[in-house]
Formats: sequence, structure tokens, C-alpha cells
Amino acid sequence: MALESRHLLGLEGVSKEDLTLILDTARSFREVLERPIKKVPPLQGKTIVNLFFENSTRTRISFELAERRLSADVVNFAASGSSVSKGETLKDTARNIEAMKIDMVVIRHQSAGAPHFLSRVVRANVINAGDGLHEHPTQGLLDMMTLREKHGSLEGMHVCVVGDILHSRVARSNIHGLRTMGADVSVCGPSTLMPPSIEELGVRVYHRLEDVIPSVDALNVLRIQLERQHSGLFPSLREYHRFFGVTKERVDRAPRPITIMHPGPINRDVEISADVADGEHSVILEQVTNGVAVRMAVLYLLGSSN
Amino acid sequence: MNVILKRARLIDPVQQCDTVTDILIVDGIIRKIAKSISDAGNAQVVEMHGAIAAPGFIDMHVHLREPGFEHKETIVTGCTSAAEGGFTAVCCMPNTNPAIDDESVARHVHEEGKRAIEGIVDVYPIGAVTKGRKGEELAPMAELAAAGAVGFSDDGAPVANAGMMRSALEYSAMFGRPVIQHAEDPTMTKGGCMHEGRMSTLLGLPGIAPVAEEMMIGRDIMLLRYTSNARYHVAHISTRTSVEIVRNAKREGLAVTCEVTPHHFTLTDEAVTTYDTNTKMNPPLRTTDDVLAMKEALRDGTIDVIATDHAPHTIDEKEVEYTAAPFGIVGLETALGLAMAELVEPGYLTLMQLVEKMSTNPRRIVGLPAIQIEEGAPANLTLFRPDVRWTVDIAALRSKSKNSPFHGRALVGKAMGIINNGKIRLNA
Repeated sequence: MALESRHLLGLEGVSKEDLTLILDTARSFREVLERPIKKVPPLQGKTIVNLFFENSTRTRISFELAERRLSADVVNFAASGSSVSKGETLKDTARNIEAMKIDMVVIRHQSAGAPHFLSRVVRANVINAGDGLHEHPTQGLLDMMTLREKHGSLEGMHVCVVGDILHSRVARSNIHGLRTMGADVSVCGPSTLMPPSIEELGVRVYHRLEDVIPSVDALNVLRIQLERQHSGLFPSLREYHRFFGVTKERVDRAPRPITIMHPGPINRDVEISADVADGEHSVILEQVTNGVAVRMAVLYLLGSSN
Repeated sequence: MNVILKRARLIDPVQQCDTVTDILIVDGIIRKIAKSISDAGNAQVVEMHGAIAAPGFIDMHVHLREPGFEHKETIVTGCTSAAEGGFTAVCCMPNTNPAIDDESVARHVHEEGKRAIEGIVDVYPIGAVTKGRKGEELAPMAELAAAGAVGFSDDGAPVANAGMMRSALEYSAMFGRPVIQHAEDPTMTKGGCMHEGRMSTLLGLPGIAPVAEEMMIGRDIMLLRYTSNARYHVAHISTRTSVEIVRNAKREGLAVTCEVTPHHFTLTDEAVTTYDTNTKMNPPLRTTDDVLAMKEALRDGTIDVIATDHAPHTIDEKEVEYTAAPFGIVGLETALGLAMAELVEPGYLTLMQLVEKMSTNPRRIVGLPAIQIEEGAPANLTLFRPDVRWTVDIAALRSKSKNSPFHGRALVGKAMGIINNGKIRLNA
């Protein structure tokens, strides 16, 4: 079994068959992660570089763990700031990677499309670990995996992504992936934090959590950043919490238990109250474990197809 | 230079003539226009086989990059690209380094133009509206005009301050030169790199809202209404609402004109899908509906001019992340082929109207005399084949830069050559 593409640049356009293959493969790696010896050999002899142009601790660690558990050789490259301020262009960085005979590249970059650019100039497999406001496909996959493990099937379930949709690549990957798998996806947040024409991506738009809660099966709660307040997009974190905070009072009004997800890191009692984040329906730590499994699956499927 | 054009299809909007004729040019002056000229002496014979001879095209929106950015383009390479594309004149924008905000720079550019490729392409500088294009103090417009500037613009940036725009309109009105506005409200577009809409949402790229252009045009037209005798020209118009605002202002009788680029009547924001930075320009590529609005506005005369916004950048400058790439594409050598393919073939424009929008109208807007095609007049002609089909190859472009999204695109219509200032240049 192999994926249609040599790269994972986003979930937009990835077929249901490929998504299912990745999720099924991730399930078997999840079992590996429960064993006393968590290392398996499929990527032995492969070299992977983690190219992080943007700060990220958890995504990088998750990828690195996944790579090491597949027995790959791992190189980490961290550079902050754009390629321009760094003095070396992304193209030159890519050429260097090529010259060093790297097999796979995991890239996180603040500019949307940087992984696409890279995939055009290197022979290595490229995995997008988050590009600008575009996509974060492995986050989307781990969210899907977590929901699938919890609910059995994604078909027909209603998932709402809550918060700053405008600046969220997680939201976009969730929308594409979940919709392909037959889920019903909605978004909820302040109107100033909604991307233009988002409904054309096939989602319903809500501006009141109260309107979503009666029909929703899962809430994927996004981190709200203080800098958006400073750029005039919402008045204050207090007001945000009051109207969009996922609180126990709100979720308890639901007719059935709502699964709570969050891509992390959490601002406790801002976008989500601590009791909900730590509550019985929270799968936030499951997401972290599944993140490693899903990344192993992607690396394995792309790395062994060459 | 003695040349005889045999069996040329002469299209001249000034005399509203469209006829097949021979044209004899002696020492750069049109000596004779007649059905069949036999006594051409030692004149070089150019067999036109019914190809078109039209008054020389002018591109009133070009970035020649000299002085300051000669790695992208020079006056020589820019003029060569213009000649290849069939233009006998260009107006060059002042966002050079130093900016054309001082008569010495304007004179330098104008004079260098006379030397470049034997002076066959006329180079008319556009002076800055404000010193250093900073929007703070008026540039010396009268001195710039005396040094050859044919219009004023801070292009690349808008004249954002309303008080400054009012001053610019009032001051420029004294000597009858247009203020050319790059219409964009900068408070709305910071960080934007493509049209704001479904595609920007899908691609996760920061958007440029169309209303940022429309508001600025609306504001400027209100200022124009409040000012006597000023002339206002909208550079690279790109949205349906923008052309509606201009259409209404024209109906009202205001002295407003506008131009559209070939890429804005050809491509949409769908082209950004691959993150090819040659689709990054300002204003950005808009929607299918906007493209249709450009074509309709060209047809009904709301849009007066086709101008390229020729904006050369090197490959290294463009081969970077989308958000980091500079705005703009080259356009001089693809303009005619795109206009023929997108506008004339589908019937939006007649050939006569095309010539008006590439020669007659822009010359009138920047205050240049109409080109006379009559015996005794200096020959200033663009020669082109309207029906030749060709494919764009960026490697073959004469511009120093190759940043075009049209590589591999099939076009219709191609320049054969130009005649101007006593010189002839025929394309290979």
C-alpha cells in the first residue's frame, strides 16, 4: 500500500482512501507505542531533517520521537526569522539538504506554501509540519485519529472548531480532512477572526457557542493569542472568555457528552476553562500520544514508498 | 533611414482609417502613402502581407529600475524589451533609487532614453508626487515637468494622505499633467500578498481586500470633484466596483481616466494555487467576475488604456517564500499577444479600439501630441501581425528579468517591429 503523493503538503485534496490508510497505519503504530520496547526498524538507514523556521517545541519533539521510533537518523535544524533575515534563502537551504543526501524533510515555516516550494526543488519527501496560515496536516490527522478512536467513525459526526479560525492552519486541515471523511464541520468564533468566504470551504459559521452546543459531538478548541487583541481583532481576553470560552457551564447544557480537543498549548481559563480541559470528556493528552503514532504512519508510508 | 512598407494594413484611430496600402518613409519622414508605390528608390523593403501598421504604442506604466536597481532592468534592457513588444514609447515610474523626485534624475532618465538602442524608444519619466515617495511633502512638480516628466505618481505606494492628494491634484492642475494613483488604502493591506477571498482562505495567505482599492478611488474622485482643472488617472485598476466608480465619475464629466494591465484581464487568483511567486503582484489577481468586469469596461470605454505595470525582478528575488517575494511581473513583451488573445479575438475590442487603448488614449492622457500618419509627418509606427500564434518562452524575453506567469502560454498576435525617430527595428 502506498499513498498517491510523495509528499504530505496538506490535507486538501487527499483522498478518503489515503486518509483511511494513514489512520489505520497510525492505529497499529499506536499499539507499538504501548509496548515496553517502542522502536521498530522500517526507516533504518533513512535520514530525516527537521527544518523548523518557526518556534515549536511539541510538534518538533513529536516528529523527532516518531522518526527515532522508526529507527531513522535524525537531524534538527532550527532557524528563526524569515530566510531573508537569516541571510540564506530557502532555495539555498534546500540545495544544501539535497547535497547532504537527506531522504525526508519535515518543514515548519511561517510562510504559507514554503513546503510546496521545497517539494519542487528537492528530491526528498516533504512533510508539512505547519506553514503560515495554510495547513498543519499531521495535526489534522491526529485530531481525526483521536475522534475516530473515541467515536468509532467520523462519518456523520459534527465537529466544531472554536476560536481564531483566521490565523489557524489547524482549522483548515481539520476542515479538509474531516469533511473528506464524511464529518459535518462547523466553525465558531468572533466575526473578526473568521477568514473571508470560509463557508465556501463547506463549513457552517457560528458566532455563539450556545448555537453549536446542542448538535455538536466534539469541540476542537484553538488557542487564542493576545497579539490578536493588540492588532484590533477583538477587545480583550476577558470578553473573549465570556463569549467564546469553552466552560463547564456551557458544555454541561449539551444533550450528550461533548468530546473536548485542543491542539495545545492551552491558555487555561481563557479559551477553555481548566475543569473542561481536565474533565472526563477531554482527549487532549490522547491527541499528544496519537500525534506520535500518526507521524510515524506518515513517515513510514512516505519513506517506504521510495 | 529609407523604408517602404508593402501592403500594410494601416489602422489609424486619428483618421479612423483601416486600409491596405504602401507607406514610403524617407529619412524617418512619411513621404508617401498610396495603394502601390513603385518608385521607392533604395528604400529597404518590408513586405507586410497585410500585417498591421499602427501609430506607435506607448506603455504608460513601466518600471525601468534605473537608477538604483540595474540588476533587475536598465533603461537599455527595458527599452529593448519595449521595442520587442512593439512599443515606441514608455513612461517610467519614479520608484527608483534615487526616486524621480528631482529634475536631475528626471533629466537623466529622459536623456539615457535618447541614447538607449539608438533612441528608437521614447522614454518619458513619471515624476514622484511627493519627495522620496514618502507622502509627506510635494515633489517639485513644475521642475519635474520642465525636465520631461509627463505625469506624477508615487506608484508602488499610494498617495494615502487625503490632504496631500488634494494638494497634488490642485498643484498639478496648473500645468495640465495627470496625477496617477496607485489606489490602495495602506491601513487595510499591511502584510497582504494576494486577493482576499476564498482562495486566500484556502491557501492561508494574508489577503488584500478589494475595498482597499475601491475606497481610495472613491475618495480621490470626491477630491477631484472638489478641485478645478485637475486630471486623475487610476493605475492598474482591478476590481468590478473600482470600474463602476470610474464609470459613474466619467458620466458625471469628471477628468478621470484609468488603465488595466494584461494580467488583470487575463488571470484570476486561482493562479496562485501553486504558490508560484510570479502570480504575486499589487494589485493582486482578482476573481473571474473582476476579470469579466475589466473586459466589459474596456469595451464600453470606461477603461481607457492597456498598460503593463512591467515590474522586473530577478529570479533570486522571486524564488523565495510567497510572503517574502516582491510584487510584480514583466509585461512589455506579452502585452500585445494577451490583448489580442483575450480581447480582440473574443470580440471585446476591435483592432481600432485596441490601437486607441495602446497608443491614442495613453498619449492623450500624458499630454503627448497625437501621432499623425500622413505625408510629411515623422514616422512613429508599430508593426504587428494580428493572427500569428506563438508560445511564450521566458528564456527568449529581452527584458533583463524573466518573472512572468505566462511561460508556455499560447498567445495570438505579435509585434513585427517599430519605426520611430528615424530608426527601424524589426524583430527576428
